[in-house]
Amino acid sequence: MIDEIRAKVDGGARLDRKDGHWLLTEAPLLELGTLAADVRFRRIPDKRVTFVIDSNPNYTNVCITDCQFCAFYRKPGHPEAWTLTVDEVLAKVESAAANGATTVLLQGGHNPELPLEYYLTIVRETLRRFPQVTPHFFTASEIQTVAKVTGLAMTDVLDQLKAAGQRTLPGGGAEVLSTRVRRRIEPKKGGPEAWLEVHREAHRRGFKSTATMMYGHVEEPDDVLDHLDAIRALQDEFGGFTAFVPWSFKPNNTLLEKWIKQHKGPNAYMRMLAVSRLYLDNFPHVQASWFSEGKKAGQIALNFGADDWGGTLFEENVHKAAAYVNTISVDEIVTLIREAGFTPAQRNTEYEILRTY
Amino acid sequence: MRFADERLEPIWEKVRSETRLSREDALTLYETDDFLSVGRMADHVKSRREGDRVYFVINRHITPTNVCVLSCSFCGFARKPGQAGAYEHSIEDMVAMVKDETREVHIVGGHHPDWPFEYYERMIEAIHQARPDVQIKAFTAAEIDYMWRRWKIEPKDALARLKAAGLQSMPGGGAEIFSPRLAKLLKYSGKADPDRWCEIHGIAHSLGLKTNATMLYGHVERLDERVDHMLRLREQQDLSGGFVTFIPLAYQEAATQLVPRQTPPADSLRTIAIARLILDNFAHIEAYWVTLGEETASIALHFGADDVNGTLEDEKIQHLSGASTPAGVAREQLFRMIRDAGKVPVERDALYNVVKVWPR
Repeated sequence: MIDEIRAKVDGGARLDRKDGHWLLTEAPLLELGTLAADVRFRRIPDKRVTFVIDSNPNYTNVCITDCQFCAFYRKPGHPEAWTLTVDEVLAKVESAAANGATTVLLQGGHNPELPLEYYLTIVRETLRRFPQVTPHFFTASEIQTVAKVTGLAMTDVLDQLKAAGQRTLPGGGAEVLSTRVRRRIEPKKGGPEAWLEVHREAHRRGFKSTATMMYGHVEEPDDVLDHLDAIRALQDEFGGFTAFVPWSFKPNNTLLEKWIKQHKGPNAYMRMLAVSRLYLDNFPHVQASWFSEGKKAGQIALNFGADDWGGTLFEENVHKAAAYVNTISVDEIVTLIREAGFTPAQRNTEYEILRTY
Repeated sequence: MRFADERLEPIWEKVRSETRLSREDALTLYETDDFLSVGRMADHVKSRREGDRVYFVINRHITPTNVCVLSCSFCGFARKPGQAGAYEHSIEDMVAMVKDETREVHIVGGHHPDWPFEYYERMIEAIHQARPDVQIKAFTAAEIDYMWRRWKIEPKDALARLKAAGLQSMPGGGAEIFSPRLAKLLKYSGKADPDRWCEIHGIAHSLGLKTNATMLYGHVERLDERVDHMLRLREQQDLSGGFVTFIPLAYQEAATQLVPRQTPPADSLRTIAIARLILDNFAHIEAYWVTLGEETASIALHFGADDVNGTLEDEKIQHLSGASTPAGVAREQLFRMIRDAGKVPVERDALYNVVKVWPR
């Protein structure tokens, strides 16, 4: 079977679900990794590994979607609920910019009290005051919520954000793009289409975005394949995805915790990266997440098809709420990439190289 | 199997036909960029020998003392007699450390200048009498050699007496890297040299004691020194045949700072894989999770390792040298490492008798 798949990959043929299923469940890990690494080096021939200097602040933890996997949110009115003012958000952007960030990934809970102008002002003021920072703001489901509470069409919200100057969207909120899984872990966020349509309309308008996947909870291989099929098909339409970013679910302090049968560790992660590199033949980049999987796993992942190291994540609160903390500096990123045998290169949000080390 | 580096093809032919690899082959395996292929070959050998089985042991590490006359540059554990932090356990304390469910006791300590040989003998005897079902693995060849240096007890007498007291096997520590250059540089020339270390293991084997072998890597050694170390062990195993497991030990940088950082995980995975390929006469290759970290140890189960050691309550030496993994880990954590790799956890005792095959 691996030879059959290698022949397909070498001949430029697309892998089908049967191939994907075998790769996810049965393929010998290092055979799979070797094939994924070959494809990665065919796409990016040098040993370059990119990273971005970024921060992931949040503007609110107020949320009405009650996702089972989330330890970060609080219901409206909860004593621990908080929402930042526009100025407080901009202070976070300023602090990130002062540390050299070129990307700020701003996301938050789904707070129905916030008007559209709140979001637009943050975008405009970020661009005006910190032109070196790309506003990489608001996941698909936040945009859906803004549309719902303001009575606008989702596409109008995108148009307004674009008019304010935003050009990229983060890929969070996808979890696993399978009707069954989303109904189980995040019934209030809608099915896969709720996420996909925002990215489709954003790509149609010239936005770039990433696609993420949070696995390691209730999904089966078929759900993962639903996810990969959906984003691969969407990428065929506009080519707006820059990268695929999978990470494993962190169960602490979540309602989903007690349902987890088996933790997904580093082997599962290497497999996921390698499968996505092979299956997502129209995605330019696959990201190794030092943050969620650990720095050593991140280094090993560079041999399993990943070509990007992710970012510095100066601020991060969502995993922290699940009792998971990991930090890094630019110097350490450069060292880790180098000692893994690769050449570090700083990129921007759209994966353009800013500096090679 | 297809290779990006064609130099691996003749090596693969040898691996498939179970032909012994040469020193040059080993160096090629270290040099090649095709690191996953080194792992693939090792995984082939591991699977041929052990299928999907991965062993672990519920064990207890006891470190009788940290008082040591040596000053090895890589050690963050040793204290001089009377120095702050120096400790000495009583035999009663050590007996009390062995709990139910423990299958193996692993005893390694400093070279204490004042403890007579009889203290070690009584220690083994007391633990064996209190816990006759627990297998005792104790004293590195370096310690046995020190008993000769300090008290002039020949290793064969020392080992015979310890065996009579209840000793069943010897750990593989004290080997460091078999290199006179490094022994001088890192100030371990005061302990058993490679010939002496191998001689003592040979004596143990002749007395029917099984032993392990280690290699301390990832500091200032060269790759050819690692290869020569493994080849020396292979040679000794041909002669005496009593080695069970090879355990590469990644140097812990935090306390002693010989190098600023631990060697990267790919180097550890490659070293485990090369060990599996070179040491064709060793039954087992261990991914020692305490020094590697859980992530790397778990992935190493696809790179030729078939053992993750044990629960290691109170693993003082590695812990004080800065291993970031907690000293005690439950069986569940070992399962997690083994099952994530899709392997079958097999609980063993010190001599690799199967205690229980757990579900995958």
